[in-house]
Amino acid sequence: MTQGDMTGAKALWATLVGHGITTVFGYPGGAIMPVYDALTFYPEMRHVLARHEQGAIHAAEGWAKATGEIGVCLATSGPGATNLVTGLADAMMDSVPLLAITGNVARHLMGTDAFQEADITGITLPITKHNYVVRDVEELPQVIAEAIRIARSGRPGPVLVDIPKDIQLAPYHGEIARPHARPEAPDPAPEAIARAHELLRGAKKPVIMVGGGALDAAADITALARAWDIPVITTLMGLGVFPASDPLWLGMPGMHGSVAANRAISEADVLLGIGLRFDDRVTGRVNGFAPNAAIIHVELDAAEIGKIVRTHVPVRGDAGAAARLLAEGAQKLELPEWQAQVEEWKSRTAQPDHWGAAYGVQAVVERLRPDDILSSDVGQHQMLAAQLARFEKPRRWLNSGGLGTMGFGFPAAIGAALAEPGVRSVVIAGDGGFQMTAQELATLKMYDIRNVKICIINNSYLGMVRQWQEMFHERRYSEVWLGDSNPDFLKLADAYDVPGYRASSAEELPAAIDAWLSDPKSALLEVVVPHEHAVFPMVPAGAALSEMIESEPPRAPTPGTRKNAAAEEANNA
Amino acid sequence: MTAPTPQDQPQRDHLVSALVRDEPRVLTRITSLFGRRGYNIKSLSVGSTEHPGVSRMTFVVTGDRGVVEQAMRQLEKLHDVVRIIDHSLEKYVDRELVLVKVAITPESRVEVRQIAEDFRARIVDVGRHALTFEVTGDEGKITAFIEQMRPFGILETMRTGRIALTRGSNADIPSHVYHGGETETLRPVVESVEPREERARGVPNLF
Repeated sequence: MTQGDMTGAKALWATLVGHGITTVFGYPGGAIMPVYDALTFYPEMRHVLARHEQGAIHAAEGWAKATGEIGVCLATSGPGATNLVTGLADAMMDSVPLLAITGNVARHLMGTDAFQEADITGITLPITKHNYVVRDVEELPQVIAEAIRIARSGRPGPVLVDIPKDIQLAPYHGEIARPHARPEAPDPAPEAIARAHELLRGAKKPVIMVGGGALDAAADITALARAWDIPVITTLMGLGVFPASDPLWLGMPGMHGSVAANRAISEADVLLGIGLRFDDRVTGRVNGFAPNAAIIHVELDAAEIGKIVRTHVPVRGDAGAAARLLAEGAQKLELPEWQAQVEEWKSRTAQPDHWGAAYGVQAVVERLRPDDILSSDVGQHQMLAAQLARFEKPRRWLNSGGLGTMGFGFPAAIGAALAEPGVRSVVIAGDGGFQMTAQELATLKMYDIRNVKICIINNSYLGMVRQWQEMFHERRYSEVWLGDSNPDFLKLADAYDVPGYRASSAEELPAAIDAWLSDPKSALLEVVVPHEHAVFPMVPAGAALSEMIESEPPRAPTPGTRKNAAAEEANNA
Repeated sequence: MTAPTPQDQPQRDHLVSALVRDEPRVLTRITSLFGRRGYNIKSLSVGSTEHPGVSRMTFVVTGDRGVVEQAMRQLEKLHDVVRIIDHSLEKYVDRELVLVKVAITPESRVEVRQIAEDFRARIVDVGRHALTFEVTGDEGKITAFIEQMRPFGILETMRTGRIALTRGSNADIPSHVYHGGETETLRPVVESVEPREERARGVPNLF
């Protein structure tokens, strides 16, 4: 093949380049080899070779979550494609703009159970915003352009394009598709804004609650809240939309939300929700959620309005446009009693004072600079980071909110680090989740990525599951003990030329953090914490937010009767 | 200030049409959306429309108003869906076709044929011991026909799903929306169509 011969595979790259895509994450295989061959003719395109397709797609998600721009990943057919499934579901849940390109067997083999064949469009139907099989090479660039448009427009999401191998090889004669203009979001209806204004003016106990749909409307939402002088709650996905340093900020709501956020929701008479979908981890028991509040719901996706909670004023449209309209004519509400009540709740925020997972997370997050990107994996450390970190800006907090994907944090941090090489990309992981994608240490080494800082909070347990077993299964610790089989994380890092540091006590921690953060390379810090540590506050599953347990109840002295023997031994040691 | 909760609302059949792109897997995409959210499709008919590249699906879904409303909004988000029409919100004509094979004896033959004539059912097959009828009509007529024939012995029935069109001269696909089979341009143009009139919803409709 010479450069002059345009093929489907070259048309793919030309289209991606034409759309401003600079980096793709992927893993080659038999059914996508023509695409990888064509890549050699496009030196302006950076391909990042992950060590597992799941690592590639989470890295693409990290790229997208940090920048707001589309993430792109590639995989071969069959097992390569199915390894993308978790990331696609994750991107669907968290509305991440993502383009996944998979190779497939040649068209004449499709449907014959050919080697490495899987019906990936069938498999991913429910977890993609849309998907395609390209059946005619002349359509390929248009399909890619349309897939990118769909992924980015409206409520963003993942789109998969499956390209049979013979299409990749086929000569292409057409034009290269240009990017579609990004369609404008519908303007909120004036009647809806008027009714929302009316409710806000009459409010005695108002709160604003913002989610991940508001990430690009941070300035407008901040102006709105300050104009009315209404306290703001940011969901797990919305952390950073409102600056944590502002006195109006109440923290995160939900299962591990702050006392102030959950109490304010339970007492509120007007709740203005912007860009959120009322996930069950946020609402607790739905009929106990904001029981006294008239709910105004600003949301681009009409299907989310009224889906979970009753909505009194639906406002369909762009979060920023709605916030600007709602801020027009605002007057500061004079509500001294409500403010005093909110301040009292806020004062109940406890800072960790004894050695444990919370202490370790606190020590790390308080060293973050406003531009630093913090990724987390999923579990106790994630909830602790969400509770304790203070985000001043949006798109600095990357985690798997909706799907709760263990293994997400580290590859997502790599994606973010490549998107913003000038900032530190810090990841807080647990000893469990890190091992799900630890092979991506090789990606750090291969590309000499220097701005990823990995912190493993090691409690030798699958901590969040252990916490539930402790609280709801009478401390029968079933299959959650990892301690005996965990690797020496420093040796593991060393195997990939990644420097490692360790702290096992409050005394060792400051120096270890200093060394870790000041290392000129990407580095790993292992924080070894006591085995049993629970995250509070907590709203038990199925309870209302008002039934929150604010702090750890006294621990029963007797261990469970059917406790995992290895864990028991470790705890007694 | 409380809207009715789903439990307060009656379960009933809803007749919904979807205009969709005529492409592979669209049917799967739509039915799997219903299935995942636990909505049972009671009947489903799919056929082509006067516009090349656009098919029409008509569903009967059972559920309360909120459930059906949510199903429709989820459907509306699909890239393949051009438009959703909830027939319960306006006047419509609907039809179903059924084939009914009724057992006959020399004694019952005349009576069976007489009932069929009253229903304007057509005989499409004649056997020694059975007659097969074709009946078209709305759901009520077809159910009534089957009930009338039941005492004689129904050997088999096959009903198509319901199909429906809005009454009056408005077309569900305005003619200016669609340009000679170019599916590429279909969706952007459809999106610029005026929103449909306010619907009776569980929540006030302000968009």
